Amino acid sequence: MLFEILRDPAALVIAALVVAALSGVPGLLLRRAPLGQRLAACLAVAASLLALPALTRMLLAGERARYLIDWSLPFGVCEIALDPLSLFFLLPIFLVFPAGAVYACGYWPAARHRASEPSVTFFYGLLCAAMGLVVVARNGALFLVAWEVMALAGYFLLVTEHEHDEVRSAGTVYLIASHVGAAALILLFSQLRIVSGGFLFPATGSLHLAAASSTLIFLAALTGFGSKAGLMPLHIWLPSAHANAPSHVSALLSGVMLKMGIYGLLRVLSFFPERPLWWGALLAAAGLASALMGIGIASAQKDIKRLLAYSSIENLGIIAAGIGVALVGESTGNPRLAYLGLAGALFHVLNHSLFKPLLFFGAGSVMHATGSRELDRMGGLASRMPWSALFSLAGAVAICGLPPFNGFASEFLLYLGFFGEARAAEPYVALGAPLLALVGGVALLSFVKLLGSAFLGAPRSSQAGAAHESPPSMLAPMALLAGLCLVGGLFPRLFLALAAPVFPTLAPLSLRFTELPFRPPWFTLAGCGVLALAAALFWYLRRRSAALPVVSGPTWGCGYLRPTPRMQYTASSFGAMFGSLAAPLIRTRIKKSALTGVAPEAGRLSYQPEETLLYRVILPAFSVAGIGFSFLRRLQQGQVQFYILYIFATLLLLMLWVR
Amino acid sequence: MTSLADQLLVLCLLLNFAVLGTSRLAVSVRAVALQGVVLGVLPTLVHPFSWHLVLIVVSIVVAKGAVIPMLIMRAIRKADIEREFQPFIGYIPSLLLGALFTALAFIFAARLPLAPEHEGLLFVPASIATLMCGFLVLMGRRKAISQVIGYLLMENGIFIFGLLLADAMPLMVEAGALLDLLVGIFVMGIVINHISREFSSLDTSRLSALREE
Repeated sequence: MLFEILRDPAALVIAALVVAALSGVPGLLLRRAPLGQRLAACLAVAASLLALPALTRMLLAGERARYLIDWSLPFGVCEIALDPLSLFFLLPIFLVFPAGAVYACGYWPAARHRASEPSVTFFYGLLCAAMGLVVVARNGALFLVAWEVMALAGYFLLVTEHEHDEVRSAGTVYLIASHVGAAALILLFSQLRIVSGGFLFPATGSLHLAAASSTLIFLAALTGFGSKAGLMPLHIWLPSAHANAPSHVSALLSGVMLKMGIYGLLRVLSFFPERPLWWGALLAAAGLASALMGIGIASAQKDIKRLLAYSSIENLGIIAAGIGVALVGESTGNPRLAYLGLAGALFHVLNHSLFKPLLFFGAGSVMHATGSRELDRMGGLASRMPWSALFSLAGAVAICGLPPFNGFASEFLLYLGFFGEARAAEPYVALGAPLLALVGGVALLSFVKLLGSAFLGAPRSSQAGAAHESPPSMLAPMALLAGLCLVGGLFPRLFLALAAPVFPTLAPLSLRFTELPFRPPWFTLAGCGVLALAAALFWYLRRRSAALPVVSGPTWGCGYLRPTPRMQYTASSFGAMFGSLAAPLIRTRIKKSALTGVAPEAGRLSYQPEETLLYRVILPAFSVAGIGFSFLRRLQQGQVQFYILYIFATLLLLMLWVR
Repeated sequence: MTSLADQLLVLCLLLNFAVLGTSRLAVSVRAVALQGVVLGVLPTLVHPFSWHLVLIVVSIVVAKGAVIPMLIMRAIRKADIEREFQPFIGYIPSLLLGALFTALAFIFAARLPLAPEHEGLLFVPASIATLMCGFLVLMGRRKAISQVIGYLLMENGIFIFGLLLADAMPLMVEAGALLDLLVGIFVMGIVINHISREFSSLDTSRLSALREE
């Protein structure tokens, strides 16, 4: 019996989800917290060792599985199923989850965070399992339950450090945004129930609907799933949430939870046999806009994790643009565009779930060492924590879409898709290429700024000067992810093989496009060449600098007599030029005290980048809505008797109604 | 036998008014206890004999007639209060509203789509009227003990409705409901003790510190 189960890969995947859900439970019961945390990490690794081979095997062999759960709730049959789309999105879950669990042992050790560690570990496992359930659920009600568990587990992880005001307010914004998204999803599933007669998901390509109904479904899905994926302008919860969570949580939230939005969107799209052209165009435009705006705002950030969070918006935008382009290709009968768009998007899903956790882990190491998130207070960390610096460099190169890492490979596919349209009769799609190039350029600027001000130069604060390298439990997950990034960049066919089984579900037309427009061996060779060139250059420069005398001294302070290391070129000054170009999107609010007289008193200056959209449009709109709803406060009397009166009045009304 | 049952139900309705019309807490508690005993005896009149029934009757009479009133009386003695002062709804208006709701309950019950064997019985209107009187006590009184009495009245109303189904009602359900009630009383008892210790009064209208401003 047990042997039978062990041979069935689908059962193994389900078992792994259960193990993941329970991984934090021993920690809640055990007296000795460090043991619980280590046990949770072991269970997480075990779950992923169970799941990943099974997932790969099922994907490559094209296997599917479905299970019917016997439940007595009035939502129809409860089905969970593993098809290629589900399997593909389970991959990032089981890649990032164990990495984060191991990383937590060093980053959020139970010995130092005695009170919060058990709950963080528990919700970490629960979040992973809930995301898994979201992906395998085939019943609208079950999906919403799993979605809600995911959102709430994310909330409890996010408010781990709830003693800070900033964290609490980030949590509240997250909660509101995720429930607004859930409201759209409830609309979506009720509409689906009306048209299909049940909560069970319709089979792939089986939904033939009138235009109005399908438009409603698409827009509800775009709102609900788009807000989870952080598409602009539904992204407002994302930056503060990812910045304020512990780093291993940010890694899971950013690397995996955002993808659940993409998954939901793809799942809903797969119901429709044919999609109007404007769906793809809208998705591509929204994706490119949020990529450009996301990275534009990222470039002005001075908070290392906020920068990464905005760059997540950029990457999710690129993924959405890829999907949009694939839809355009599908509806205009262009297999090449359909293939390249979808391949680029799915490849980028996998890639982003590798390099974004890597970068968040890197940011976590930096914060662990310096105790600050502000780039302008770091500096010189490369000599104190060389491994973290190296892995962060790998992640940054990958996220900027530079060879030989995986980000280049996926964006290359998108570029090929865009350029291929340049000779078409109406080459609008080709306009995506310069936009994507601009995004890549600004991403490069942002990450040069991040790496340069955190790791190079002289330490700008005493904490940065006293920084230490992270323990192996933090470095090992980073090394693993960096290695996978390199593998993905050198051998893109490995990752594409995992994405290929998904194609028939989403874009049947793309199957007619069989030959990749480039030769993979050459790709590998060129990647290795770049790597070798970089290594050679590094050794040459190192030998040269070893031969020359090194003089270190204070920064030139314009004749000021007491220069400090903080007078180095800061991250903010590095981004200032582009910041002035992006002023409509983001402005830096500077607070300073006025200096008067010949010998003024000591002054202070602080600055904070503020997002225009959020502070000028969305928050004012919310406060207007708040005034409109203030009459509800009067109902909130606070006296038991009044609440009983409300219940009684409702009861009477219902009785009259029934009569 | 149904005429005797109807008379007992009328007694229950009158006891509702006794609770509504008095300011003395001890009187309310005794009235509710008497109502509990009357209701406990009722099943023997409407259903054929069985050991299951005996068990239900005995447990209900013991719980509603003795244990719960004793707990409340002890709370009254401990907190050293006798009367309900300044209720939100005065005693005369309470009585009038009680009469109105009882009348409404009869009208409403006449229009309910009941099973034919239950039509014309007093059970349904008495149940709804008792439920509403419980609500009235909950809404109108300030003291935490009055709140407990209100809940007891409501439970009695639900119990009357349940009598129609006593044959079908398994023992476990009945026991569960009783247990619920006991736990509820215990919780209220703890709340009462804490309120009287913190505020040196049992006024529930002071429990509004946690509302959102």
